[in-house]
Amino acid sequence: MKDWPGLFDLAVVGGGNAALCAAITAAKAGASVLILEGAPRAYRGGNSRHTRNFRCMHQGPMFPLTGRYEEDEYLDDLMLVTKGKTDESLARLAIRSSEDCLPWMMDHGVRFQPSLSGTLSLSRTNAFFLGGGKALVNAYYNTAADLGIKIAYEAQVQHVHREGDRITHLEVVVAGQPLTVKARAFVLASGGFQADLDWLARAWGPAARNFLIRGTPYNRGVVLRDMLDQGAESVGDPTQCHAVAIDGRAPKYDGGIVTRLDCVPFSIVVNRDGDRFYDEGEDVWPKRYAIWGRLVAAQPDQVGYALIDSKSVDLFMPSVFPAVKADTIEGLAQEMGLDPKAVRRTVDLFNAACRPGPFHPTELDGLRTEGLKVPKTNWAWPLETPPFYGYQLRPGVTFTYLGLKVDARAQVHTPTGPIRNLWAAGEIMAGSILGQGYLAGFGMTIGTVFGRIAGKEAAAHVA
Amino acid sequence: MSLDLTPGAEARRQIEICNACRYCEGFCAVFPAMTRNKAFADGDLTQLANLCHNCRGCYYACQYTEPHEFALNIPAALAEVRVESWERLARPQAFARVFQTQGVAMAGLLVVALAWFFWALTLWRPETGAGFYAHLAHNTLVMIFLPAFVLPLALVALSVRDYWREVGGGRVRLAHLLRAFDQAARMKNLSGGHGEGCNFEEGDRFTHRRRIYHQLMMYGFLLCFAATASGTVMHYALGWEAPYPLLSLPKLFGVPGGLMMVAGALGLGVLKLRADPALGAARVWGGEMAFILLLGGVALTGLALYAATGTGLVGPLLATHLATVMVLFLLMPFSKMVHGFFRLAALVAEAGKGNPLRK
Repeated sequence: MKDWPGLFDLAVVGGGNAALCAAITAAKAGASVLILEGAPRAYRGGNSRHTRNFRCMHQGPMFPLTGRYEEDEYLDDLMLVTKGKTDESLARLAIRSSEDCLPWMMDHGVRFQPSLSGTLSLSRTNAFFLGGGKALVNAYYNTAADLGIKIAYEAQVQHVHREGDRITHLEVVVAGQPLTVKARAFVLASGGFQADLDWLARAWGPAARNFLIRGTPYNRGVVLRDMLDQGAESVGDPTQCHAVAIDGRAPKYDGGIVTRLDCVPFSIVVNRDGDRFYDEGEDVWPKRYAIWGRLVAAQPDQVGYALIDSKSVDLFMPSVFPAVKADTIEGLAQEMGLDPKAVRRTVDLFNAACRPGPFHPTELDGLRTEGLKVPKTNWAWPLETPPFYGYQLRPGVTFTYLGLKVDARAQVHTPTGPIRNLWAAGEIMAGSILGQGYLAGFGMTIGTVFGRIAGKEAAAHVA
Repeated sequence: MSLDLTPGAEARRQIEICNACRYCEGFCAVFPAMTRNKAFADGDLTQLANLCHNCRGCYYACQYTEPHEFALNIPAALAEVRVESWERLARPQAFARVFQTQGVAMAGLLVVALAWFFWALTLWRPETGAGFYAHLAHNTLVMIFLPAFVLPLALVALSVRDYWREVGGGRVRLAHLLRAFDQAARMKNLSGGHGEGCNFEEGDRFTHRRRIYHQLMMYGFLLCFAATASGTVMHYALGWEAPYPLLSLPKLFGVPGGLMMVAGALGLGVLKLRADPALGAARVWGGEMAFILLLGGVALTGLALYAATGTGLVGPLLATHLATVMVLFLLMPFSKMVHGFFRLAALVAEAGKGNPLRK
């Protein structure tokens, strides 16, 4: 196997937000850095290219954030979604450091914009990237190039070679060519394993083969698996992934944000057999979209069907594909491949259980059904005004929880102690903090904070 | 992308995907305008297309560009619709089709104009007159250029009226005009939203070059226009005939204006060579480049004419300068020149509709 020319101070595995933050930080501290991005240039940036914001603590208004968002409130929000499955000291570290990250990001080319239309609820807590995550990724790659960082695309790391408490080199396939990369320090920022359907199927069961992967097809967890096989300490439930309900017609990979469907609270959702299975109006959509992936995944064939009538069709964000449309419930069911009689029965039962009252799409209006086994507790409007519209729902996997356990210096450990020249950042270690659920924009916070820590520690190590 | 799609159908496909994302909202006026609709009528697309300044920020930021199967290229899709709208709303349409696309056609017309002016200069040489009026009398010049300026302008006015109907523009108020002129004066939609300019000649890096060269060209052109206007006033109102000295309004406007246009044309031409043609309306690249060269040619020959005062070159340079000006005027409704009128109309219409994000 040939050697990559030269010895780098730092080799960074991965090419998304965390990898770039680590590389830039280390290069600014004087280290020579090589980035090994597994994807081709057009798809560089991992899942970061699909992100849109950064959850940021702040004591007062700070562009683009309004009001203030302090440590305790931030931690409470995290505790709520993770149900306590977090390492509190690491979580506090991420939260506290986030405030400092915002100006750092701007200094390195990231630009922000006011909260997007339809996301006003996030204007206080989340700083939106102008142009989204790919614009952020582009800015960081330009900064990296200006700092003299070497960037290799289509560079897939197969093995991280450990001798005792040190990593000596990486075995990499660069554009089909096997190479050895030597460096004095290493940062692993190569994401989770959600794009490896075999792995998902082993963890979740064969149903996982019907899941759609919302992000990059390049996060196959090769490096994570390799490290776990070598006894690196892990964190996070290996059988779990974060999945949301998305448009069933989305591409298998990389559908990203546009495949979301915000129609569920104003719909009834039936399964393959035409039956409802969960309260569609339990809470506002930003608080419920995350559980619907799991709900749909538990249905036969891992599919659901959201049905709405023309009263509700303009109450949610536009969908990437047009809805299926028909003048009758039976016609809609037929077009969607459902049993018209079963759907008719479900709709009739639902309509009969609706009660009159004020309907408020933007708040919990308490307009609930009465007497149904599966109630709808808000926005329960009968489906009666044609034309009727339907969307197919499937689980879309965003990320996986299993990762490498790190300490406050982002260092990777084995049961016998830390690996002296190895750090991890981003999705590959996010399970340390995000043990369950998801908090919008927190993945980018973890990536930025721990990317910078890893870069700083690695640079100090080689200095 | 299949080739049988009309520009409108392809733009609609792309905009409907784009509208489900909205990450680019802060770049320019197009994206806030997009949020008004879920479905896009032809007029909506025409308006979005003419609002787009082709800054390309949204292309480089897009997760869905090729090789992604959604194959979004919003700057190119809107550029195609934009050019198509100029061609469709022009009269006669065939002229617009030829001159928007073919730089060669423009060059051909220039050759004809050149020949004609050389011939005219020998034929109509006046008995008396100073400066270039020794070559062509003032009244002859007015007789030639007044219709060549007014008739194309009238055609443009008809096109803009049709545009206004197509996009559903409402009653124009002073505030809308002020807002639109302010945006054009600062070329706000090439600021990138963050004030760092646009993506053009350096891929996904932002620079101000295109904005600067465009404004050099635009303000240079306006200064030259002011030079001509002031000369007209001096001639008719004050009875002060050309040639004018350096310290007179026509020269004080015209010389800096001409220099700015030359610099602007050079800059815009070089940037155009370096930018990716696939992010614009590739089929009109030649027509656009010819238009830049023509503007540069108008300014350069004007300056040369001034520099040649009192020499034997005045005759041929006058014919050349007048020919370039004539072609520029005649092609106003049929060349990239028309973009200024449509763009301004789009900005006024947009000001009238109000920012949907600030409701």
